[in-house]
Amino acid sequence: MQAKLDEVVWLNEQETVTLSELVEASGLTLAELQELVECGVLAPVESKGVEAIFYARCVTTAKTAGRLRRDFELDTHALALALTLLERVQELEARIRELGARTPGGMRGN
Amino acid sequence: MKYKDYYEVLGIKRGASESEIKNAYRRLARKYHPDVSKESGAEERFKDIAEAYQTLKDAEKRAAYDQLGRQQPGEEFRPPPDWQQRYSDSGFSFDDIDLADLFAGLRGGRAHAPRGPVPGQDYEAVVHLTLEQAFHGTQVNVDLSLPEYDSHGVMRRVPQVFNARIPKGVTDGQRLRVPGKGGAGFNGGRAGDLYLTIALHPHPLFRVNGHDLYIDLPLAPWEAVLGTSIEVPTPAGQVRLKVPAGTRAGQQLRLPARGLPTPHAGAGDLYAVVQIVVPSEMSEKERLLFKQLAENSSFNPRGHFKQEARNASQTR
Repeated sequence: MQAKLDEVVWLNEQETVTLSELVEASGLTLAELQELVECGVLAPVESKGVEAIFYARCVTTAKTAGRLRRDFELDTHALALALTLLERVQELEARIRELGARTPGGMRGN
Repeated sequence: MKYKDYYEVLGIKRGASESEIKNAYRRLARKYHPDVSKESGAEERFKDIAEAYQTLKDAEKRAAYDQLGRQQPGEEFRPPPDWQQRYSDSGFSFDDIDLADLFAGLRGGRAHAPRGPVPGQDYEAVVHLTLEQAFHGTQVNVDLSLPEYDSHGVMRRVPQVFNARIPKGVTDGQRLRVPGKGGAGFNGGRAGDLYLTIALHPHPLFRVNGHDLYIDLPLAPWEAVLGTSIEVPTPAGQVRLKVPAGTRAGQQLRLPARGLPTPHAGAGDLYAVVQIVVPSEMSEKERLLFKQLAENSSFNPRGHFKQEARNASQTR
């Protein structure tokens, strides 16, 4: 019954993925992802050589983009705007967590 | 098969027009989409909403659904005898599949196997860890219900358990991918991936910010004034911390690399956040000593109040 132990891959700044891997993970087309790169929502680490390379954390952004595109039927510009606002929300939430951690007694209920 | 009232899920009448269906879906999607919503249970709710919309937005699927008649939500039912002949030729049993899977398989009024390779579905799971588990790395069991396709292209959900190694270095909100552990592909398509999000349980002593940890450090007034050396708990055990004389409330005393380990090497810091606490009960002798201190001290903690008041009167 016990399955073998599965190894995980970090989705952070230590690992990298190619643009084709982002296409595969997100369900978006290559053209849609390239537009998101041009809008600056997805920033490649480097684009020397044939294919752009991204930090593996971009997989999360690309998957979110794929879900928003599918579930809200957004065009790429609306998608870029939604992703930018979501990123802003995440930054603010991270700031609240940080302040909560620094506050003596903490901030309960988070 | 359990009945679901798709019209009720979208909050619309059975005779709703296509645009009413679309508007109802969009309104509810904005409220419950898991990427947008923070409401509890939003993800489950959105699954139902998306499932209802997938069927009702397609005229043929909607007609097939309407043919099932109206039942009580959650009630066990079987489609009418002619339903299977009209809409499905795949020969599956209605007993062991879900209503959503049934309609997902219908296209143009007929269930049929998709052409070409279809990649397996990606799956997402939240892994709850204690701070200690994150600190040392751990193994977790992830329980999932994964889709599998039979030779007719009809999907069934099969319970599966994964045993994943969570390496040390994770913290709250960290995303990980387990390649190839999502749903099975169909027609030679690759398997989906399993995506994990780490959620740390709140710890009674430590608060987490990235890989840094914060702990409240209560000091007695005389400890803060005179300085002291104390034992402070860290995830790796007690360490000795020197509190310098004249330490103020709110100051953060940093213990380098005593926080959570970072991926591959290194660690965050541990910050001891100083609180000055006073005893709620005191002996007569203690009270006397404080009185003597009050009578002999020239310290005025509110000196800047007067200074500010002088400044304000000068600028008036």
